[in-house]
Parts: sequence; structure tokens; C-alpha cells
Amino acid sequence: MSQAVEKYFVPEPSKFPIFGSFALLCIGSGAVMWLNSVGPGPEVFFLGMATLIYMLFGWFGQVIRESEGGKYGKQVDSAFRWSMGWFIFSEVMFFAAFFGTLFYVRVIAVPSLGSELNAGLIWDGFKAAWPTAGPHAADTFSPMEAWGIPAINTLILLTSGATLTWAHWGLTKDNRGQLKLGLLFTILLGAIFLSLQAFEYIHAYEEMNLKLTSGIYGSTFFMMTGFHGLHVTIGAIMLLVMLFRVLAGHFTKEHHFAFEAAAWYWHFVDVVWLLLFVVVYWL
Amino acid sequence: DAVNLQTPVTPVASEIYDMHTMMLIICLVIFIAVFGVMFWSVFHHRKSKGAVAAHFHENTTVEIVWTIVPVLILLGMAYPATKTIIAMKDTSNADLTIKATGYQWKWGYDYIKGEGEGIRLISNLSTPQDQIQGKADKDEHYLLEVDQPLVVPVGKKIRILTTANDVIHAWWVPAFGVKQDAIPGYIRDTWFRADKEGVYRGNCAELCGKDHGFMPIEVHVVSAAKYTAWVNERQAAAATSAANDTKTWALPDLVAKGKDVFNANCAACHQPDGKGLPPAFPPLDGAAIVLAPPADQITTVLNGREGTPMAAWGKVLSDADLAAVITYTRNAWSNKTGEAIQPAQIAAARH
Amino acid sequence: MSAVTPDQVHDDHHHHGPTGLMRWITTTNHKDIGTMYLIFSFIMFLSGGVMALTIRAELFKPGLQIVQPEFFNQLTTMHGLVMVFGAIMPAFVGFANWMLPLMIGASDMAFARMNNWSFWLLPVAAVLLIGSFFVPGGATAAGWTLYAPLSVQMGMGMDMAIFAIHIMGISSIMGAINIIVTILNMRAPGMKMMKMPLFCWTWLITAYLLIAVMPVLAGAVTMILTDRHFGTSFFNAAGGGDPVLYQHVFWFFGHPEVYIMILPAFGIVSQIIPTFARKPLFGYASMVYATASIAILSFVVWAHHMFTTGMPAQTQLFFMYATMLIAVPTGVKVFNWVATMWRGSLTFETPMLFAVGFLFVFTIGGFTGLICAIAPIDIQLQDTYYVVAHFHYVLVAGSLFALFAGAYYWLPKWTGHMYSEKLGKLHFWCSIVFFNVTFFPMHFLGLAGMPRRIPDYSLQFADFNALASIGAFGFGLSQLIFLAAVIKCARGGEKAAAKPWEGAEGLEWTVPSPAPHHTFETPPVVE
Ligand code: HEA
Ligand code: HEA
Ligand code: CUA
Ligand SMILES: [Cu+2]
Repeated sequence: MSQAVEKYFVPEPSKFPIFGSFALLCIGSGAVMWLNSVGPGPEVFFLGMATLIYMLFGWFGQVIRESEGGKYGKQVDSAFRWSMGWFIFSEVMFFAAFFGTLFYVRVIAVPSLGSELNAGLIWDGFKAAWPTAGPHAADTFSPMEAWGIPAINTLILLTSGATLTWAHWGLTKDNRGQLKLGLLFTILLGAIFLSLQAFEYIHAYEEMNLKLTSGIYGSTFFMMTGFHGLHVTIGAIMLLVMLFRVLAGHFTKEHHFAFEAAAWYWHFVDVVWLLLFVVVYWL
Repeated sequence: DAVNLQTPVTPVASEIYDMHTMMLIICLVIFIAVFGVMFWSVFHHRKSKGAVAAHFHENTTVEIVWTIVPVLILLGMAYPATKTIIAMKDTSNADLTIKATGYQWKWGYDYIKGEGEGIRLISNLSTPQDQIQGKADKDEHYLLEVDQPLVVPVGKKIRILTTANDVIHAWWVPAFGVKQDAIPGYIRDTWFRADKEGVYRGNCAELCGKDHGFMPIEVHVVSAAKYTAWVNERQAAAATSAANDTKTWALPDLVAKGKDVFNANCAACHQPDGKGLPPAFPPLDGAAIVLAPPADQITTVLNGREGTPMAAWGKVLSDADLAAVITYTRNAWSNKTGEAIQPAQIAAARH
Repeated sequence: MSAVTPDQVHDDHHHHGPTGLMRWITTTNHKDIGTMYLIFSFIMFLSGGVMALTIRAELFKPGLQIVQPEFFNQLTTMHGLVMVFGAIMPAFVGFANWMLPLMIGASDMAFARMNNWSFWLLPVAAVLLIGSFFVPGGATAAGWTLYAPLSVQMGMGMDMAIFAIHIMGISSIMGAINIIVTILNMRAPGMKMMKMPLFCWTWLITAYLLIAVMPVLAGAVTMILTDRHFGTSFFNAAGGGDPVLYQHVFWFFGHPEVYIMILPAFGIVSQIIPTFARKPLFGYASMVYATASIAILSFVVWAHHMFTTGMPAQTQLFFMYATMLIAVPTGVKVFNWVATMWRGSLTFETPMLFAVGFLFVFTIGGFTGLICAIAPIDIQLQDTYYVVAHFHYVLVAGSLFALFAGAYYWLPKWTGHMYSEKLGKLHFWCSIVFFNVTFFPMHFLGLAGMPRRIPDYSLQFADFNALASIGAFGFGLSQLIFLAAVIKCARGGEKAAAKPWEGAEGLEWTVPSPAPHHTFETPPVVE
């Protein structure tokens, strides 16, 4: 008997959320203790991390089983689409806070520190320029060059976007070989990107005397590229999970939103990088 | 009891006062009109009075009207406000420029341009602890009085530059219509011209930590002649203070002077008995840094400690005051080093 | 799918998983989760209220009597944080959970498991936040706005607040996504967007605000964290940063945040007034557009909290004009509500009393907001008790009264019993009287020059402070009446009909009272 209205899937009670909450309690309080050197900070923190990983495996595992078990209809699928879209939007706003910060310090704060009043009365004739570690910088550093590793990394990420789309075409054409190869390339490019960035950080710390503590330039540079790197890592892990699922025979050419979600995320990370490249490295 | 803005004594403050009165009246009129209609309904369109509900739920005309009319009212409000803002922001052509620096928790004033140039004062709350703790009767200007008030001449344009040493404070004198945040590392400015002699009082108006409620501002607006006399007196005092910084002191004199300096500046945190308020404010009585050789203590007092409320006192106090207060802490309570620290040692430790 | 799998048959029978405490911990049911949100927020309201009462007790007369300045600042800060993030916001999410699926004819929230997590993150955040009172150095005392560099000076309580905010942010973002998807994707057939109850609209728009600004707050407090512990210089001029930068980022979040706390209240009131006027809401479409305009404008007014930081005149003017504009759409709403009552057939059960009380007193708060928006006047008022009066008028008489109105309105649906009208009315009259006794004098205090966030004040402020303190205790005690009314209603009383209010409309009144555990498993068809 076929039904006209498809029922929306409402899951059973689940124990995973409470694990997630316990995990964040441990991560939060562990981090506080760690930062303030009281109590067993790192231990509690890593207990939280371990719980979080357990929770993520369990929870996503269940979602995957439900999905492969055919429980999710069209409506659930579109719910996932909306939610991924708005989740990415929230990430956009997180980065926006930092882009806004960079804009503000470059256009308002630093020039104002070099103004007649501020430089004259407080900062001994500080001359505003970018990059800077501020009027009271203890040390000098060299700023990051755009046309070395960062430019290469830009190419790498752009290419990875292309390989991912190629993989997606593979999926929609039911060409599993192309899908696997495309995914593999994308992940490898992501890994290369991250290695180059790690190399760049080490270079900055050891040869350029450019550190997180190098005033506002160091703060914005490392926080922005660092959060981006973290997102690349998360994106790469998502793609890796997709690769394993593909190898396990998941997804059909019509029904593969998890793959698309990971791809959206990857493209988002890509776009953020382009902006970073322009405003952090280049201009 | 006061129910309205304080009596204005500057042109800007008067404009603000009148603007507020105008706003209040407009808002009251709208309020009475809107709620007059509502209460009419409340009393006459009750079911218990047999009211039967009408069915309308739209009327484009009234909706347009009650969108446009408020816009017009707002324009009427914005016009005078715009003029006043532009006036408030015009700090040019000042007769006297004074820098007000917020410290946790006191104000420092530097006369940097105009008559009296070079004068520095530190303005501390002068209300005794006993009054605050309820052990003595509170006098009239409870919490609004300072040891060294800011003194300015009447009828002159005074430009105030604000900045801060540690966290954000705000320099506020209601009767002048002036409130300007004092931001560490940046200078902001504002101005006033008081048209009437008198004593005007205000407060720090930005949460700045423990004693935010205890850093008042007291301004004496005086005649030109009195102002000149005051300037001369201050300049003579500055000369004595300079002499103090170069002479060599005996231990008891240092301890006596140091005690005053301590109570005025340090006791708020470290407490008069030196026991502090741990963990935020550490004790000095028996503290390792106080009992060790003086170099570390001198640098800490001079430069402060980053990330804590411990301020860089080198910017505030003279060499003699610093020598005295350090000597005092090393010889007060159970601390008995018997050492005298001389102003010359402080001078050497600067830079 | 042509064959019914055994699994689906299983689903069709309402089997109620775990029981006891585990039921609540593992539940995926929107009504259970809504209930938990509401209880949690009420507990937070009492905690924040106890802090407020301690503040008021200290301010009863000049001098220091009960708490010392540092602890006073901790109380003020935590009172603000707990009320905003612990009481008001979760209470509205609780209403959303309970009512949205019922109003749009959905079987549950779109992501029922995630919904559970959104809730269970809150107690974690509360433990971190309130626990910070008990660590060395105590809770953060930098004000709920956590301005740098004062917040950089604080002890480890500040770090706990930062992580608590991160966790609450995650909870809010997940909650907001859930609400958006539920509304966009799960409406019953025929439930067009422009037919949705206004509460759904206001929550939809609020959810967008949440997604847009909670991440920004996360960014702001993260920068404080790294300035505190990792040597960055975001808010330190010596390193090229700027303390005022923090305020920009914070208020970019903070101003939309205050509308996050009022838009759902507008929604609740827009449900209640037509019911008790027995007349459809006047200007439905313009209500929707007004809500959207308020939300959009809320992104370009943030610096009205910063008029005293010293901005260029043009910047001040821009933010002043933009802020003033918000009076227009808000006015449209006020006029629409009054027009809805006009020539209705009014009765004044408790929900209506609170709704009318809301309208009356919120508008006063709106007007004082407008007075604050006039930059020259704000120079005198910023950081005084006038501002405290303003925001308690909009938050307590606004958000909180709307929450009470909604609670009485839907209690019969939640519990299956009618609440005691006598207790409800007593609660209303005590609340509105004591509310005004508490907060009205604060306007005078602020105008006369009393700064906020101070534990002690000069003598000319003594009388009004004493009055406000007496009012606060009266207001606090009045809230125990609400507790009594709710408990009594939950435990028994007159059976409520499916539609206990004569003039009510909407799908939520088509299901029995109390609403069964599962509703609309087969979507209803609207019209
Ligand atoms: C629910 C929360 C809420 C709401 C709805 C509002 C609404 C408004 N607020 Fe308020 N506000 C806060 C919560 C809220 N505020 C908080 C918490 C703070 C302090 C934060 C802190 O520092 O800790 C604050 C502070 C604050 C300030 C900063 C004060 C200062 O620190 O110096 C300003 C300044 O512009 C302001 C303005 C406004 C305006 C213009 C509105 C408008 O939206 C009001 C619009 C409504 C009306 C105007 C009434 C109805 C309209 C009519 C009947 C139409 C006809 C009217 C006319 C044409 C005049 N608010
Ligand atoms: C969001 C909502 C919200 C709500 C509902 C309230 C509710 C109240 N607030 Fe609010 N308040 C804020 C948000 C809110 N506040 C914010 C954001 C600030 C700014 C903080 C800052 O400056 O950083 C502030 C600041 C603030 C101040 C200024 C403090 C200062 O500047 O130092 C004051 C002072 O009177 C005050 C008082 C009150 C009172 C009396 C209530 C009352 O309405 C509370 C009533 C409730 C109760 C009293 C609970 C009832 C419970 C019982 C009676 C049970 C008793 C049980 C036992 C004793 C076991 N608040
Ligand atoms: Cu200084 Cu408040
Ligand atoms: Cu605002």
C-alpha cells in the first residue's frame, strides 16, 4: 500500500547528546584549569576530547546507518540541505568578526595611533604603517610575503576545489572510479596545503621572528590563518569520511547529500582562503 | 530630590537639557495619544459591556499615515541633535588644554597648554574609609570629594584630552554636559566652557574594576585672578617637590612620608594592614618581593605588572614619593628590613 | 515506498523509550525539550534574581554594608549574563520548541536529536558560569559586556565565562538552525508563509539574527581569551590593537541580541491580543515587514552604545539616525496592536493582562531608548541608571512580561488544566506595580547623575534607591506567585478544553489538552 504523504523521520531517544555535553563540560573546564595551571587541566581536557570523538563517531555512525537504511525521505534530505547552508553561514559570520577586526585595525586603529595626538603625547612619535607590531613593539619581525608559499597554497586550494567537483561529477555519472580518485586527490591537496602552512609557520617563528605575540600583525595573521587551517583540517576529515563511505559502497547518484555537504564546506573554506590571501597576505 | 538633569553651566549642557525636555514632552504626547486610544478600547470595547467584535484587519491608509508621521517627528528631533553634536565635537581654539588620565582608581591631570602649563596633579577620593564603612557620619559631599581638585578659569574654553593608564575610564561632569571615555593608549578629546564660578562634581563613568564607584571628579571653576594665584602656588610647590627628589632622606622621614603615600595610593588594594585581598590583590606584609633586595620591588612598583591591576606607578608618583612608599612597605607591619630607599635609587632604576 | 517495513510499524506505536531521569536526558521529543528549557530558564531567572536582590540590598542605603565592591561587580556582571543568556533567551527557545511544531502542524522539530543537545549544553554552560563564583578570584567582574582591557585583568572566572559563552553560542546556533529548518521545511500542506501565526514569523527572523551574531560574539570572546593567555594584542594599544575594537565587535552582536530578546515577545503578544479581542490581528503583513525591518536595522545601529567612546561627528550622526529609525517599525507594531483591540470584544484573562501590561510598559522603555539614541542626550545618560531603567523596561516589562503572558496562555495546552485565574491576576497586579516602583525611580537617578555599576553612591541618591530596593523585593516575591500558579496548574485543576480560549485560532488548539506526546504525525491539511 503506498502512502501519499511521506512521514518525517523522528529519531528515537538518544544518549549521544548527553555525551556531547559531558565532553564540552570537560573540554571547557579542563581548558580553564590548564590555562590557569590549577588542577588536572590537561587530563580533563583530553578526557573531554576523547568523549567528543566517541560521541561524533557514535552519532554520525547512527545517522549514516539511518540514511543507508532508507529512513530519510525527501523532506529530511531538504532539512539537511537547509541546515548545512545555515551552518556554513554561521561560520561565515565567525570569520567576518576577524575580517572586521583586521579592517578596523588597519583602517582605523593603527593610523590613529600614528596621529598627531596619540603619537605625540603617548607613543613617542610612532609612525603608522602596515604591517606593524604596534608602537611599543619589543622586537622587529619580517611580514609574510604573498608570492611564495601562500600563492602556491592558493593554487593548491583552487585545484582541490576543481578535483572535488570532478569527483562529484563522477558520483552523479555513477563513475565510482572517478569519484574515488577525485576525492583522494582533493584530500591529498588539502594535506599538502596544511603541510605547507605548517612549514610556513615554523619558518615564521624561526627565521622571521614573526610570532603570535608580534603585536597586532602577528595576532591577526596567526589567528586568521590559524582558524582557517583548523577549518581545512575539519574539511579534510569530512572528505576522508566521505572517501571511506564511498569505499564502503555508500551513496547513490541521486542520494548523497553527505558528500555534497562536505563539498559545500570545502568550497566555503576555499573562498575564505581567497579572501585571506588578498587581505592578509597581499594587500 | 533631584529628578532631572543637573543644572547646566555650559552652553552645550543647556542645549542638552532643553533637548531632553523637548523629547520628553513629545514622547509624553505620543504616549498619551496612543494609550488614550487603547484605554478607550479597554473600557468601552469590553465583552462584558456587550461589545461585539468588528472584523476589519487592514487599512492601507492609516498604515501609511502611522509610518510617515513618526518619520516626520523623528526628523524634527534629529535636527537640533545634529547641531549640538557638531558643536560638541568642535574642540578647536581652546584657551587651556588639560590631559586627564584615568588610573585605577584616581584621576591624574596634566596642564599641557595655556596658563599653568606644566602643572600636574593626582586627584584621589578624599572621603574617609570610616564613612564608607558606616563607622562615621557621612558628610555632604560623600564620595564626590577629592584631595586635589581640578582648577580652571571661568568663561574660558577648556579642552580636555582623555586617556588612561590601565583600563577604560570615563571623565564625566554632568553640569558641563561632558562625558568622554578615557581609553588606554589613545587620546580622545572634548571641551567645555563653564559660565559660572563654583564647584562641580562628577564620577568616573565606565566600569574600571573594584573602585570604579570611588573615583570622583571635582572641578573648581574660579575667576581669572584666583586662577593665576592658584597657578603660582602650584608652581612653587613643584619646585619643593623637585628638591625632594634630589636630597638624601633619613629613614624615619621616609617611613612617615611613605605611610601617607601608601594610604592614598596603595591601601585600596593592598589594604592599610598590608594583608591585601588575595588572590586578586596580594599581601605585602611578609611578601617575598618586599623582603628580598630592593631591585625587583622597585621595578615592579615603577612599571607595574602586566595582566594584573598593579599599575605602573612610575608614571604617577615622584621619585621621592616612590622611595618613601617602598621604604615604608619594607619597614611596616612585620616587615623590618631597616633599609632606606633613596630617590636617587628610583631615578637610577627609571629606564 | 510500497511495503511497510517492520521498522516503520515499530515507529508507529508510541513507544516511550527510557523512563525516569533517562527519559529527560535522552528525549528527542520537542515537548519534553520545551519543558526542560522552560524549567531551566526559570531556575536561572531565580538565580539571577537573587543576585539582583543582593545588589538592591547593598544599594538600599549609602555606604558599604553587605558586599564589598569587587563582589558587587561580580554580582552585577553575573546578574546580566545569567538573565540574558540563562533566563530570557532559553525561555523563548522553550516556547519555540513547544509551540512551533504545534503551530505549523509538524510532527516535531526538524532535528530532534540535535534539539536535545542544544538543551543539554545549557546546564553545562550554567555550571561553568555560576561555578565561577567559587573559584579563586571569583566570577568575572567586568560587566556583562566584558569590555577589554578590564576583562583581560580578570582571574580564571573570566575564562569560565568565556567558555560558557562559547557553549551557549553553540547551543543557540544549533537551536536557531533547527527552528529555521522546521519552519521552512516542515509546515503542513497549505500552511503558506504568509499564513503562519506571527509567533512563527518572529521566531524565524530571530533565528536568523542568532545565526548571524552568536558567531561574532564567539569571535569577540575568543580574542579576549588569546589576549589574556597567548600574548595577542587585539585590544592592547601597545601592540597596535584597540580596546574600542572590542566594543565594536561586541555590540555588533549586542544590539541584535537585544532584539533577539524582544522579537519573540512581539510574536507572543501578537498571538494573545487577537485572541482576547476576538478579532483578527490588524495589519498582519505589516507586522511581518516591521519585524524584518527591525531585524535588518539592528545590524547598523550598534555604535549607539558607544557614543562616549569619542567617534567622529559623522559616525555619531549615522548611528544616531539609524537608531532613531527603529522607532518607526516598532511604532507600526504598537499601533497595530492597539488597532487590533479597537472595536474588539475584549476580556482580560491573565494572558491578556500581561499582554496589555507589556504594551503599556514596553512602550515607555522604547521611548527612553529613543531618548538614549539622541547622541547629545546620551552623553549625559550613558552608563547611568537611566540606561538601567531603559533596559529593564524593555527586558523585564517587555520580554519577561511577554513570557508570562505566553506561559498563562499556553499552560492549559501544556498541562491539560486551567491555571488559577485568581493567582494569575494577583501575579500580574503585584508584578506591574512593583516593577514600576523598582525601575521608575531609576530614570530620576540616572538623570540626576548616578552612574551604574557602583556599590555605593552619594547622598542625594539615597531616597530613590531605597524605594527601588523595596520595589525589587516586592517584585521578587511576586514571582513566587507565578511559581505557585504553575505548580498548582501542573498538579491539577479544572480540565482544559482543546481550545480553552473562545477567540483563539490556530492549529495548536486543534489537538487535545494536554497536547499528546506525539502530535501531527500525519500532517494536517490547512484549508
Ligand atoms: C529587549 C531589549 C531592548 C530593546 C527592545 C531596546 C530598544 C531600543 N533601545 Fe535599548 N538597550 C537594551 C535593550 C533593549 N533596547 C539594553 C540591554 C541596553 C544596555 C546594554 C548595556 O549597556 O548593558 C540598551 C541600551 C540602549 C542604548 C545605549 C544607552 C547607553 O548605554 O548610553 C541606546 C541608545 O541609543 C538604546 C536605544 C534603543 C532604541 C532606540 C530602542 C528601540 O527599539 C525602541 C523603539 C520603540 C519605541 C520608540 C516605542 C514605540 C514607538 C511608537 C509608539 C511610535 C511613535 C514614536 C515616535 C515617533 C517617537 N538602547
Ligand atoms: C535580561 C533580563 C534581566 C532581568 C529579568 C533583570 C531583572 C532585574 N534586575 Fe537587572 N540587569 C540586566 C538584565 C536583567 N535584569 C542586565 C543585562 C544588567 C546589566 C549588567 C551589567 O551592568 O553588566 C542588569 C543590571 C541591573 C542593575 C544595575 C546593577 C549595577 O549597575 O550595578 C540592577 C540594580 O538595581 C538590576 C536590578 C534588577 C532587578 C531588581 C530585577 C528583578 O526584575 C529581578 C526579579 C526576580 C527575582 C528577585 C527572583 C525571585 C526569586 C525569589 C524571590 C526567590 C527567593 C529565593 C531565595 C532567596 C532562596 N539589574
Ligand atoms: Cu574609573 Cu570607573
Ligand atoms: Cu542597542
